[in-house]
Formats: sequence, C-alpha cells, structure tokens
Amino acid sequence: MKPVFPLLIAACILLSAARAQGAKELLQKVKAKYDKVDDYTATAKMKTNVVFIKAPVATIKVYYKKPDKIKIKNESGVSFIPRGSANVNMNNVLGLSDFEAVEGGMEKTGGVNCKVIRIFPLSDEESITRATLYIDESRLLVIRSVISTKENGTYELGMSYKKYAEWGLPDKVELSFNTRDYKLPKGVTIDYDNGTGKEKAGEATPKKGKVEISYTSYIINKGVPDSVFN
Amino acid sequence: MNQVIRVQQLSKDFGDIKAVRDLSFSVGEGQVYGFLGQNGAGKSTTIRMLLTLIEPSSGTIEIFGMNLKKHRKEILRRTGAIIEKPDLYKYLTAKENLRIFSRLSGVKVPDKKIMDQLALVGLAERADSKVKTYSQGMKQRLGLATALVHDPALILLDEPTNGLDPQGIADMRNLILHLSRDLGKTLLVSSHLLSEMEMVADHMLIIHKGKKVVEGRVTELLNPEQSIVELLTPDIPATLVFLRQSGWAATLKELVNGTIRLEFNKQQIPELNRQLVEKGIPVLSLRPLNSLEDYFLSLTKE
Amino acid sequence: MFIELLKIELYKIFKRPRTFIAFGAIAVIILLVQFALKVNGKDFVQFYTDSQADTFDIPYEKILNGYFVCVAVLHMILIHVPLLVALIAGDMISGEASLGTLRLLAGKPVTRTQLLMAKFSASTVYVTLLLAWMALFALLGSLLIFGTEDLVVFKETDLHIIKAGDVIWRFFAAFVFAALALTTIAAMALMFSVFSENSLGPIVATVCVVIVFTIVQQLRVPVFEETVNPWSFTTHMLGWKGFFYVEKNAEGATITGSIENPAALLRSGLILTGYIALFLGISIRSFNKKDILS
Repeated sequence: MKPVFPLLIAACILLSAARAQGAKELLQKVKAKYDKVDDYTATAKMKTNVVFIKAPVATIKVYYKKPDKIKIKNESGVSFIPRGSANVNMNNVLGLSDFEAVEGGMEKTGGVNCKVIRIFPLSDEESITRATLYIDESRLLVIRSVISTKENGTYELGMSYKKYAEWGLPDKVELSFNTRDYKLPKGVTIDYDNGTGKEKAGEATPKKGKVEISYTSYIINKGVPDSVFN
Repeated sequence: MNQVIRVQQLSKDFGDIKAVRDLSFSVGEGQVYGFLGQNGAGKSTTIRMLLTLIEPSSGTIEIFGMNLKKHRKEILRRTGAIIEKPDLYKYLTAKENLRIFSRLSGVKVPDKKIMDQLALVGLAERADSKVKTYSQGMKQRLGLATALVHDPALILLDEPTNGLDPQGIADMRNLILHLSRDLGKTLLVSSHLLSEMEMVADHMLIIHKGKKVVEGRVTELLNPEQSIVELLTPDIPATLVFLRQSGWAATLKELVNGTIRLEFNKQQIPELNRQLVEKGIPVLSLRPLNSLEDYFLSLTKE
Repeated sequence: MFIELLKIELYKIFKRPRTFIAFGAIAVIILLVQFALKVNGKDFVQFYTDSQADTFDIPYEKILNGYFVCVAVLHMILIHVPLLVALIAGDMISGEASLGTLRLLAGKPVTRTQLLMAKFSASTVYVTLLLAWMALFALLGSLLIFGTEDLVVFKETDLHIIKAGDVIWRFFAAFVFAALALTTIAAMALMFSVFSENSLGPIVATVCVVIVFTIVQQLRVPVFEETVNPWSFTTHMLGWKGFFYVEKNAEGATITGSIENPAALLRSGLILTGYIALFLGISIRSFNKKDILS
C-alpha cells in the first residue's frame, strides 16, 4: 500500500495543476474576448431595489476605458449608485495579473451550463479578495460572478447577453449587494405618520440590495475622454 | 308722541348679582332721556341690553315698535351708540374708523359725509391722523361721530362726558342739544352726574342697584312748588297711621332708609310740623329736598 | 354683508404693523436657511446619508437642489408658523375686547355668527397669504439659488427619490394641505379668543396646546401612540409631508405621480376639517351666548 498513497497524492496534484491550468486558459480566452473592447459609452436604464430606497427608474450612462476605469452617471437625475457597480466591468477580475484560479465544476446558471472558476488574487494590494466566475464556455461569456472586496463587501452579478455578446458586453446586469440599515435618529425628520412605517417595522428587513441595469446601446471603441472618470 | 324705546320688566342677573331688576321705562321720539345712577347702578348693563351686547335674563325690549330680539338688525341699523369710553381702532385714522363703522352699519357713506361728521365734532383737521395720537376728548368726540355716521334715529350715549375737561363737557352738551333740537334725534344719555342731566335731559330715570327709583319729566322732578319732603321720626308706625288718616294721605310717597317721603308744596311744611307735634309725634327733622341732586343723593345713599 | 365684513376684517389685519412681523420673520428665516445650506449644505446632506456612504456613491451636490432646500425650509419653518398664525387669529376677538371695540362691533346690525365667520375667513386668507409668501421665498428662491433636480426625501427609516418633473404639483398640494393645517390652528386660536379679553391668553394657549401635542406625538409612548396620536391634530398637520412620500412598484421603482398612502392623507384632511368644524362650532355657540362686558 505504501507506494500507492504518494502516487495518489501526486496524481491529485497533477490533476489540480492541470485544472488550474485549464481554468487560467479559459480565463485567458474570455479575457481575449473582452479585450476587444478598449472603451465604451453605454446608455442604460437602472432600477434600484433596496428596501429603504424608493427611486424611479433612472436613465444612466456607463463609461468604460481600459484597463479598469468605469463610471456610472445619472446625468438627468439623482441616483444612489452602489459602489460595487464598478465591478460590472469584468476586467476588474479578468485583468488581475497575479492570481490563482481553480475550477469548481459545472453549474447551471441563468439557464446556461457554466464552468465555475474560483479566483484568488495573490497580491495584497488588490481590492478584490476572492471572485467566483460562472463562465459559458461555448460563448466565452461570464454569466454570473460573485466578488468579495476588502472594503465594500460581497457583490453578486448576473449578466445576460444578446446584441453585444460578441464584445462580451451584457444587455442586462443584475447587481446584488449587502446593505446596512438606514435609520435616522428619532425626531430629526418628524415624519408624517401615514401608517406605512408600522407595516415596515413588522417586516423582516432583508439586508440585500439589488440594482438592475438594462443597456439600450453601446458605443464601442470610439474613445472616452479621461475627464469623464474624475 | 311715538315711543322709540319701550322696556318692560327688564332684569339681568350675573350669577348671584342682580344687575338690573324689573326695569320698565319708555323713551318718546325726539326726547333726550336721562339715565341717571351711580357707578354700578345698572345703567351700562341696561344700555348694553338695548344694543344686544348682553342677553336679558327676563323682560322685553321694543325699539321703534319692534321686538329687539326678533328685529335686531333693522333696529341696530337705525341706532348709534357710544358705550362707556369710545375705544376705536387706534392704528387707523379717524376717517378710516368712520368708514369701517358706517359700513358695519350697512351704509356706504361717501367721504364728503364722513368729513361733515368729523366737522360736526370738530375733528375735520385731524381726519387723517391716527387715533392713537388723539387726546381723550378727541377720542370721545370721534366716538360720537362713529355713532352718528350712519345717520341713526336713536342714539344711546353711555357716560359721554367721562374723561372730558370742562370745555369738552360743554361741547358734548351742546352737541346733544343740537342733535335733539335741530336734527330731531332721540337720545338716551346715561350719566352719574346729575348736573349734566339737568342741563340736557327732558325726561329722566334714576336707577339704583338695578332698580328704578323714580322717573319723570325733569321739570317736574325739579318743580320747586311740589317738593319732596323728608320726614325723620323715631315713631314711624304712629306717624304713618296719622298721615294715612289725615288729609296728608295723598302726599305720602315712600318710606326710604327710615325716612318718610312726602310730596307737597314746601310752603305747607310748618303746617305739617304743627299737626305732628299736636298729635304727640316726635319730629327729628322735616326738610324739603331742594334740588334734584339732593333728591338723587337721598335716594341712593346707603 | 359677509363680504363687506370680510373686507373690513382684512383691512384691519393688513393695517396693523404686527401682521407684517410674520411675513418679515418668514422671509428672514427662509433666507437664513437658504444661506446656511448654500454654505454648508453638503454637511447637511451627509448627516442624512452618512450610514450609506460606504455602500453608495452619494451625489451630494445633486441632492442639494432647490426642491430639497424648499422641503428642508418647510420642515423647519412649518413647525413655527402656528405661533405666527396664533398671533393674528388669537387676537381676533380678544384683541377687539381688550381694545374696547368689540362692543362697537357687536352692537352693529350684523349677526355675531357673521362677525365670527368673517374673522375666521380673514384668518384663513391671512394663513393662505402667509403660505403663498412662504412658497414664493422657499420654492422660487431655492430654485433660483440651487436649481432643479430630482428630490430626495429623507424619512426616519427610508428615503424617497422623486423625479424633478413629478415634484411641483406635490408642493402645491403640500401648500394647500399646510393651509388646511394652519387654518385648524387659526380656528383653535379664534376659539380661545372668544373666551378671553386679552390677546396674550389665546396666543399662549394655542401655542401651548400645539407644543404639548407635538411633544406627546414625538415621545412615541405606546399608550399615546394608540390613544392620543391618531386623533391629535398635530399628527395630521404633518400631512403636507405625505405628498412627498411616493409609492413604488413590485420591482422597487417609484411610480410617477403616486402618493404612498393617499387614504391616510384624506383621513388626515377630514380629521383636520372636523377639528375646524368643532372649533368653529364651539366659537359660534359661545360667542352668540357671550355677554359682552368689555
């Protein structure tokens, strides 16, 4: 039995190395697809679904420039844009230089069979601590990602692709994120009691917020001035 | 003569206080009717009842032949009044005050007539001054102007000479006489000063503790022939028996504050005195009340 | 005759210097608040959004717009306006009594009910003008200084974002509701005024009642929450704010033109109207029975 165990370990190591290699290759392919986009300006509708926010559907502009500049702006109104929305750009993850990637098998996400890749940045300077990507291998598109950050918690993104799939750009992104309670000190706002507050108090408040961005158009690789990102 | 005011059995209680008790009187058209009494006698309460400011506890008031309760608006439209001191809107001018009060009476008086009224009370030159700059006398005159501005047929003046200097009092007196004699107005004037009443009133009612004491023509009340004679004696029952059984029965007027009052020609005082002495009735004093003032004081003294 | 009486009452109100104290005070307060927010507005917004600054990118400059400032001004000022309304309405009958003119008025050929209703109507006109003045300064002034943007309304446990195009009608509705609320105060002050022969008493009484009920409302003691507060007029006077609370659909987006709970606003409006009717009823009854001894 003695020689069998080290062999098994060696086989496992070789296998996992091969899987890591496979994961990185897949990521490279996906990155190559996403790399076709140097910049874009997108117009989108943003729906905010956070328990303590009542906001109208906002018309927003999303600006992106390689490698990782991204800005979401509501130019015609007020929106509370989640900080995690910077991750709607996959380059945040795909652009990591020093990381480990591990395959996590296959999982059906959004009706698509996806390969699960877990990514662990190795540098301490990265804001991302861990990411899990669900990749449609046939189309080389990230369908879902779960990104944990040092400062802003964990974000979950679900993406669906149609018109701009060849660029790796989604038609719709759903961003889920953790929120804190919103509560002002008593007597500050002196609210009008219209009976709705009491119903809310009884509800169990979910701590998840959700933002849904539906892109209507992209202008790709036509240049975006740096001033937009300031 | 038409009766402008007819008051019957008028009473007003404020809790336990009986401010006016069973008061009846009439004021004829064109009369200056004096309403005389000490402070707190019930004069103001009565005048306020005539103006519907106070609801009577009982009794009826008819003015211009109409029931005051039922025809309040018609009556008040033809009535003008000053009640106690004439307080007006101090932040407004005399003209503005007159305009407001004429409109409240349902009349839109042209500016010219307003100026005429102010001229009548001698305030034309100060028409555009704010009332807060007026002296007490000027306010009193302006108060009278507000009572007259809508040309009322009946004027109720409650203590109109209060706070006035002698000249002001004389002016007010002349104005009252002018309103009565020249303009044919009916006036009910209250005062606690008999001397004032004597000079302006045709008829007079003396009120004390809410009750009518005496009412009549001023000339009659002041008649030197028919004097009120006050008889003071320690034996009132015997005196009353004597008076009733003798020829003096008709002169017997009333018993007030332990004195017997009789009304007869004061020339007969010695004769009465003689008869009383003859009958052995002790007489402490027997004297005529020479003036209305005396009479008033005797009626109202405690 | 009623119109004539109303004209006379308004004439008297606007001939008194004290009337303009309220207008002046409102203008000064509004300008001060606007100035303070112009200088230090970001801190003000930060106070409301601090707990969410880590999660969201907060557009402070955009939040601090004319509509937001106007709501902030109304929030600060409408708490104090009852005092200004009491100053006029509380003086309506008692002021005439202490001045000595009540006996002149009541001796005129107008009914006391007419007289009282004219005074109440004049108070209502005054309240409306005061609010119009406030609207002019708070809304137009703020829009001129801070510009227009979507309105963010911060409540104790949530915040509502309303599209800029969906705001103006809400201000008008809020002003109308505030007029109803302040008319309730005017009716109450007038009622106290009937029972007094000096101006100070009714003014102080009105302000005290408002303060007591506001404190009871803010204490949030369960026993009061269930018994007093649902019927307290101070609870319903805040109804103007209800026009700035919007409803959202199933997906969480606000519905343009919606009000969070219109039935509650209607109820508040009816309760306030009921209070006005009650206060006026008591005033008319008492004034008609009152012996005028002043």
